[in-house]
Order: sequence, then C-alpha cells, then structure tokens
Amino acid sequence: MPFVNWLKRHLVVIAGLLTLAYLLLPNVIVTVFSFNQPKGRFNYEWQRFSTDAWQDPCGVAGMCGSLSLSLQIALWATVGATILGTMIAFALVRYRFRARGAVSSLIFLPMAMPEVVMAASLLTLFLNMGAQLGFWTVLIAHIMFCLSFVVTAVKARVMSMDPRLEEAARDLYAGPVQTFLRVTLPIAAPGIAAGALLSFALSFDDFIITNFNAGSTVTFPMFVWGSAQRGTPVQINVIGTAMFLVAVLLVLVSMVVGNRRNKQKA
Amino acid sequence: MSTLTEAPPPLSPTAPEKKPPRRRGRFTPYWLLLPGILWLVVFFALPMIYQASTSVQTGSLEEGYKVTWHFATYWDALSEYWPQFLRSVFYAAAATVLCLLLGYPLAYLIAFRAGRWRNLIMILVIAPFFTSFLIRTLAWKTILADNGVVVQTLGSLHVLDVTSWLGWTAGDRVLATPLAVVCGLTYNFLPFMILPLYTSLERIDGRLHEAAGDLYARPWTTFRKVTFPLSMPGVVSGTLLTFIPAAGDYVNAELLGSTDTRMIGNVIQTQFLRILDYPTAAALSFILMAAILAMVTLYIRRSGTEDLV
Repeated sequence: MPFVNWLKRHLVVIAGLLTLAYLLLPNVIVTVFSFNQPKGRFNYEWQRFSTDAWQDPCGVAGMCGSLSLSLQIALWATVGATILGTMIAFALVRYRFRARGAVSSLIFLPMAMPEVVMAASLLTLFLNMGAQLGFWTVLIAHIMFCLSFVVTAVKARVMSMDPRLEEAARDLYAGPVQTFLRVTLPIAAPGIAAGALLSFALSFDDFIITNFNAGSTVTFPMFVWGSAQRGTPVQINVIGTAMFLVAVLLVLVSMVVGNRRNKQKA
Repeated sequence: MSTLTEAPPPLSPTAPEKKPPRRRGRFTPYWLLLPGILWLVVFFALPMIYQASTSVQTGSLEEGYKVTWHFATYWDALSEYWPQFLRSVFYAAAATVLCLLLGYPLAYLIAFRAGRWRNLIMILVIAPFFTSFLIRTLAWKTILADNGVVVQTLGSLHVLDVTSWLGWTAGDRVLATPLAVVCGLTYNFLPFMILPLYTSLERIDGRLHEAAGDLYARPWTTFRKVTFPLSMPGVVSGTLLTFIPAAGDYVNAELLGSTDTRMIGNVIQTQFLRILDYPTAAALSFILMAAILAMVTLYIRRSGTEDLV
C-alpha cells in the first residue's frame, strides 16, 4: 500500500495546506470579483469580465476620501503609539520602580479585552465629556489600543539586548545621549519597527472601536461596512486587491534585500 | 501574550539579566512611563469607571441621566439578552476549537516540514491581514452563496441535511445560519491561533523528536507525549487570542448571519448606536467584560501558564 503510506507520511502537510487554502480563498474571491461587472448594486455574483473598476478606482463617491482619512489616522496613530510604547518598554526593561505590577496589567488588559467593551466604554467617556466625535476621538482610541502591542514588541527586543554593549560605549567615552542614539536605538530598531508596522495594520483595519467613536466621520472600514448595507461597489475589491499585492510585494522585496545583505556579511 | 512577537536570540549567552539594575536618575523611569500610562489611564481605565457609572444611571436622552444605583438594569438586561450571551459563548468556543484543529497542522507544517518554503508560507498566513477584514468577510457571502459550488456540493452530499437536523444550517442554505457565522469567526481569527502556535512549536528542540523516535515512540506517540505538551504555551495564548475577540465580535454575525444569530456584540452595538439606551448598553458591556476576565483568569490558572503577560 504505497499510497496509504505516502498519505500517512504527508498527512500533516496536506492538512496544513488545506488550512492555508481556507485562509487564502477569500483573497482569491476578492481579486477575481474586482474584474466583475455586477448586475445589481451588490457584487456577490459573477456576471462577466470587465476592467472598468480598475480604470476608475475612485469612481465611487466618498471611497477614496475615506481611504486617505484611514491612512492619515493610521500614520498618526502609529507615530503616537510607537513613541509612547517604546518609552514604556524601556522603562519596564531597564529600570526598577514602584507599581510595576499595576503598570504591567494596565498594558496587558487592553489586549485581553473584547474590542466592543473598550469601544463602548470609551464612547461613554466622550459622551460624558461632551467631546465632538470625529478624527480626534478616533485617533485617541487608536493610539490607546495600539500602545500595548508596541510595548510587547519593543520589550521582547530590548530584553534580549546585551547591556554590556552600552557599558562598552560608555567606557569608550560616549555620552549618554550618544550611547542611546548610536548603540541602544539601532539595536532596538527591529523591535520598534515591528511594533510600528503592527500599529499601522491594526489602526488601518480597525472597525469596531472606530464604529463607536467616529460619529459621522467615515474611515475606509466604515465605508465598506456602510456599503454592505447599501450596495457593494466593485472598487472596494480593487482597493482590497491592490493593498494585498502591494503588501506582498513589499515583504518579498525586503526579504530579497535582507538575504543579499546577509550574504554580503558572510 | 508576549509569544506573539518573536524574541530574537540573545547576543551573547550570558546577556539577559533577570533583575534590571538600579541606574542613576531615580525619576527617569517615571518620566518614561508618564505619557503612555497617562494615556491608558485616561482612555482605557477611566472609561471603564464611566461605563460602570452609566450602567446604574436612570433617565432619558432629553432630560439627562443621573446615578440612581439602579441595579435592576443588570437584571433586566440579563433576563432579556441571555440567549445572545449564551450564543456568543457557543459560537466563540466553536470557532476557537475549529481554529485549533485547523491551525495546528499549518503551524506544525511551517515549524517542522516547510524547509525553504517556510518564509513564503509565513507571508501567506499574514498577507490576508493587509486586505481589510470587512472586504474578506464579504467574500464569504460569495463563497457560501445559495447557488454556489460549496453549498451545491454540500447539498448533493446530504451534508446539509445533517447540519440542518443539528440546527447549524437552515434547509438548503448556509448563509444567514449559525454555520456561516462560526465559519466567518474561524476564518477571521485563525491567524491569531497560528502565530502563537508557530512561535512555541519553533522553539522545540528537534533532537527531542529524534530522542522519542530512538526510544521507539511512534510518530503519534511522539506528538502526544512530546510535541503537544511543549506547545502548550502557544495553545493557551492562541485560544485566548481567538476566543476573546470572537466572543465580542458583531461583524460576522451581522454580515453572514441573520436576526436568529445575533451575538451579544450586536446587542451592545444597537443599544449604543441606534436605540441609544446607554444604561442597558453599559450594563451589557460590563457583564461581558466581567465574564471574559473571569474566564481568562480561570483558564490561565487551570492551564498553569501565568507568565503570559
């Protein structure tokens, strides 16, 4: 029974690849349906091939505006969360201080809380303060939930850092600022970059917290949500496909560059 | 949850110290902590207090709300919405189990069997994140369409008869049924299961597998006695990262479900944003938070991995 034996040996691989297919199937559908020309308002059934949406990606009222708003919010949320989170991470790893446990749980809790709870409670705060819901309330909320992820990413990196490297820099008469800029920061950079990337992705794609705290401001996920009720334009799929392709391309390029650099070093 | 981010190897074998040394500048850590912690206190902790206070207020939108310690709101909310609470727990639990069953082979494949394909598969696991999850969830409407390939095949294989008998689907439809919602939840949170699983599997020393084999363990025994126990930290953080967001989700139930599949997140969302009944919404959200925190604490205690934070 060579086939049964083969199957037995490769069962894990087959199961794993099936899961991968399950993960990627929706992306395939999104891409294929970006070339659809739907009959009604909804783009759920295949009609016929067309490149209309690709030629006019901003042809839907309000969509590209919402996209640029989402990019702006994601950018500022990333900057804010990365700066605040990196500072916390350094304090946690490098210093002893009071209330360490309280600080750690305050950072852990936002990650262990269903988004809808954070969203609802933040809305009660804004309503009580009489704050105007919009760009700023969304930005505040996004920095809040991205912070913890930056802290964990940077902390992991700084913890694995050899403190003797900094001592060596100090022994070679580098001042504290110089040591930080020339030694500490470059070593911590991959952790900071990972935290920043994660923040950008989380903020850009956030729906639930934004849904509660945006008022009448429309981010891209909010636009998609609204269109699920009113009718889904093909352009949504165009944006989804383009984002997917750009991301994969960026990752591949960075991998190739990284490989080449490693080879040069070796 | 630190297992989410992979820790790079230490620069030298003796590098990481357990206790941070006391440095010059006694107040430096406080200055470093101040802005971020203040942000979390004002926009995360304080809102929880406001929410608790809102939940015991009475009044109306026109006349304003006052704290009257009206705890009956909790009782009313629970007695009216307990089916949605129960449904959320069931759906989230089902999605978590499915994520574990589907995610484990893939994480195992990436960690031990992928060879030079490892990076590529890793990218493919993360890549869907870059397309808005709402767009990808809407794609399931096409995949599970009534006259689509999937539903037709399941129908002709009489699978749908069985699932309908179990109450998971309705007649020859999958969309707008519990199965569709659980399928969407599983899909959306699967990467959150795979990544921590992979991180803990990847740390396992391959020689342990060889040792198990040398001691005449069959592959399945090796998995049961060596691999799976060593991957427990990944299993625990993966299940938490899947269950918590799934229990509070309302996107999948709204887009793929019907009024019969409403979860507690849907109720909170409508109460807050459409009906504007703030005390009831705050009470529901508070109950959800308490329930999740209690479950998480119990689960972490039981599974004995308290160093997740």
